[in-house]
Amino acid sequence: MVDFAKFLSYLLVMAGVTYLVRMLPLVLVRKKFENRFIRSFLYYIPYAVLGVMTVPAVFYSTGSMLSAAVGFIAALTMAYFEKSLITVASTACGAVLIVELLEKFL
Amino acid sequence: MSENNSFKMGLRDGIPIFLGYLSVSFAFGIFAVGSGLTIIEALLISMTNLTSAGQLAGVPIICSGGSFIELAAAQLIINLRYSLMSVSLSQKLGKSVRLIDRFLISFGNTDEIFAVSVSKRGTLGRKYFYGLILMPYIGWSGGTLLGAVAGNTLPEIVISALGIAIYGMFIAILVPAAKKHRATALCIITAALLGCAFKYIPGLNSISAGFVIIICAVPISLIFAAFAPISAEENDEKEAQENG
Repeated sequence: MVDFAKFLSYLLVMAGVTYLVRMLPLVLVRKKFENRFIRSFLYYIPYAVLGVMTVPAVFYSTGSMLSAAVGFIAALTMAYFEKSLITVASTACGAVLIVELLEKFL
Repeated sequence: MSENNSFKMGLRDGIPIFLGYLSVSFAFGIFAVGSGLTIIEALLISMTNLTSAGQLAGVPIICSGGSFIELAAAQLIINLRYSLMSVSLSQKLGKSVRLIDRFLISFGNTDEIFAVSVSKRGTLGRKYFYGLILMPYIGWSGGTLLGAVAGNTLPEIVISALGIAIYGMFIAILVPAAKKHRATALCIITAALLGCAFKYIPGLNSISAGFVIIICAVPISLIFAAFAPISAEENDEKEAQENG
């Protein structure tokens, strides 16, 4: 337990660092890059970042690895047919819910 | 290339993020109160930080009375990936984005908001960003409050099902891009394999997840930029096809 005044100092440090790492590049980089290599690098960044963040974390995102795997496949299928973000996300949630209900009652 | 500056469209694109954040922040609220913070403190952390991994790492440091240096270093390492995303995001900002907007938008540059905005075509305006950030912000703060107050009253199975929402969203962004461009598909697969390596290989799996993102994404993107560079025309062509 910490007292509230000390907590506020912690909060300031934590929020301050988190904000600075987000804010500085967005405020400092004001122009569009023309260099082909840099543009290509920045093109790939989101895909590389999302790839690392999704696999294998997706398999640990629900109550069981089986339900997560079924949700993953459901999402892949919907995404392959280029459904909207909300459709893909909610189909994955629905698939997980069904599998976990089955796991619970079977 | 036209600028997308619709508040409404941003709001709509934020809904899946809102859903995903509800469940993650709900779990954070339970965790924070369980660690010894008050409900208000848990809420204040979520309202000022808007990040999952950093908050989860910060709470134990705060509750154990750790040093400010330790707290700052942990946040820096876990959250440094946002710098990379902010540089990338800077290239998506349209003409309507003023300097003051950059200060505000950067606060909302989370993994998911970044992912959705870079998946949109053309440049994005400030109204779009404010719309996009609003719902996730409410979801993140509100979910934390609910988790802190209501604790374990929500059925576990519902929280569990919502847990995959964020990944579903990522997949919805990755798969169509992979279908259209072979090098992008390879890039995603390489990243996923490296993600597995850092999860399962002893030694490598002791590195903080936030930092893993940087040490994987930077080399992968450099290599693909060198061997499969993207031309401006190629981008425009793809966009024309998608629009057509």
